Amino acid sequence: MIVAELKEIDEIRKMIDRYSSILVVGCDSCVAECAAGGARETQLLAAALKLSYLKDGQKRIISEACIDRQCVDDFIDGIAEKVPEHEVVLSLGCGAGVQALARVYTDKPIIPALNTLFIGETQMRGVWVENCLGCGQCKLGYFGAVCPVARCSKKLMNGPCGGSKGGRCEIDPEIPCGWDLIIRRLEAIGELDRLGEYVPPVNWSTSHSGGPRRVIREDQKP
Amino acid sequence: MKTESLLEKALESGKFVVTAECGPPKGADKEILIKKGKSLLGWIDAVNVTDNQTAIVRMSSVAACSILKQLGHEPILQMVTRDRNRIALQSDLFGAYALGVRNVLCLTGDHQSFGNQKEAAGVFDLDSVQLLKTAHDMRESGIIIGGEAIQGPPQLFVGAAENPFADPLDWRVIRLGKKVRAGADFIQTQCIYNLARFETFMAQARDMGLTEKTYILAGVTPLKTVGMARYMATKVAGMDIPEELISRMAKTPKEKQAEEGIKIAVETIRRVKEIPGVAGIHLMAIEWEHMVPEILQAAGIGNRPAGVA
Repeated sequence: MIVAELKEIDEIRKMIDRYSSILVVGCDSCVAECAAGGARETQLLAAALKLSYLKDGQKRIISEACIDRQCVDDFIDGIAEKVPEHEVVLSLGCGAGVQALARVYTDKPIIPALNTLFIGETQMRGVWVENCLGCGQCKLGYFGAVCPVARCSKKLMNGPCGGSKGGRCEIDPEIPCGWDLIIRRLEAIGELDRLGEYVPPVNWSTSHSGGPRRVIREDQKP
Repeated sequence: MKTESLLEKALESGKFVVTAECGPPKGADKEILIKKGKSLLGWIDAVNVTDNQTAIVRMSSVAACSILKQLGHEPILQMVTRDRNRIALQSDLFGAYALGVRNVLCLTGDHQSFGNQKEAAGVFDLDSVQLLKTAHDMRESGIIIGGEAIQGPPQLFVGAAENPFADPLDWRVIRLGKKVRAGADFIQTQCIYNLARFETFMAQARDMGLTEKTYILAGVTPLKTVGMARYMATKVAGMDIPEELISRMAKTPKEKQAEEGIKIAVETIRRVKEIPGVAGIHLMAIEWEHMVPEILQAAGIGNRPAGVA
């Protein structure tokens, strides 16, 4: 899923202060799972904004809505009636959601309330970790299902670097060394032999380096 | 001889080789570099020119190599993959060779979060092993990445670093083997303070036949103060400084600590010189380059009147 975090209210205020009516829109999928932009967080943000404007003696109309996926037109249509009643939409979707809303509601400013961070997993309640960069050519099968691109701070394909200490990354002891995880995992499944071979340079043209990507499937088109 | 490198020539001669690190200045003042370069001249077989070490912006290593070469040094161009993609790296290998550089040390580099440009994008298009193989393939096959032939392939003597002290420990020598197979002609190690661990590493390297295939230069960095020792032990990536060395420095009065640090470096050089498979030393006297002659003399290693061109 996509992991995101709520922006500071001051930053949000700077972007929306110029509008008199605001529609706060949540997204009840990925960003709900990471407790950043689901129905609950949408209610909380709307309430916090109301309080913030009230405290400053400013009048604002603040409404709220939440849809299941801000990145899919069928769901985006669900707020079609509310959007025209407001000057701005404050989106608690990820970057994809914000841009999809802007594509559909062409005459409406759409402001992000979240910082979109990464593709990751919920490791435990309250802990989300990045483990995929979407490079476009998954090699997890060779690395014991631990990604060297996403989980090594230097994206090493022939790691570990000289900064791995006690299973921790040189840039922050809170970060597990991706290569330490790869080696331990391959050891555990008896496939350490996979690491003996030199790994050639990555073909980054299938990643964002190849320009904005899209997938077109004729069999899926209406 | 695979190349015209004077470092290769020195290593092949079988003598105990000395390389030293020379950090380019944090700016465009070449006089600083020339002063450092002069203090090393005649004492070492080749000089390593660092590439924005610890991710701090400095004069480019290619430019600094060229300046030191004009001074009479045999430069080893350090190249990190942190800041440049494969287009820039390969282009710089061409340019450096055209300027007279004959040696390259291929590194990944410290992460940008350590330096003074913490908000920089880390490139890491290649890793150190891939860069090493790239330089090797240019020399052996006359090609760049992807297999295209080039005009005047650089004939570089290619090196890599290895840290015998990083984790997982048993993996270090396996990675060394990978670097040797990818084409490492020489290896310069991380600073050695834990001699017992280094001896184990060398024994493993000998067992795998790696010392027959590559020249290993043992890294030595003199400690200036107990503060530096503590800083390196805790803050510098990949460093292993045994507690006894730190307390030895701590017990020494402040004004004598530099002297004690040099004594430790000299003892280290004498010890590593006796380890089979060690082809020489790599002295990294950080911002202390002028002490190199004194350290070498104390360690019983003479100057190199014929070592450089």
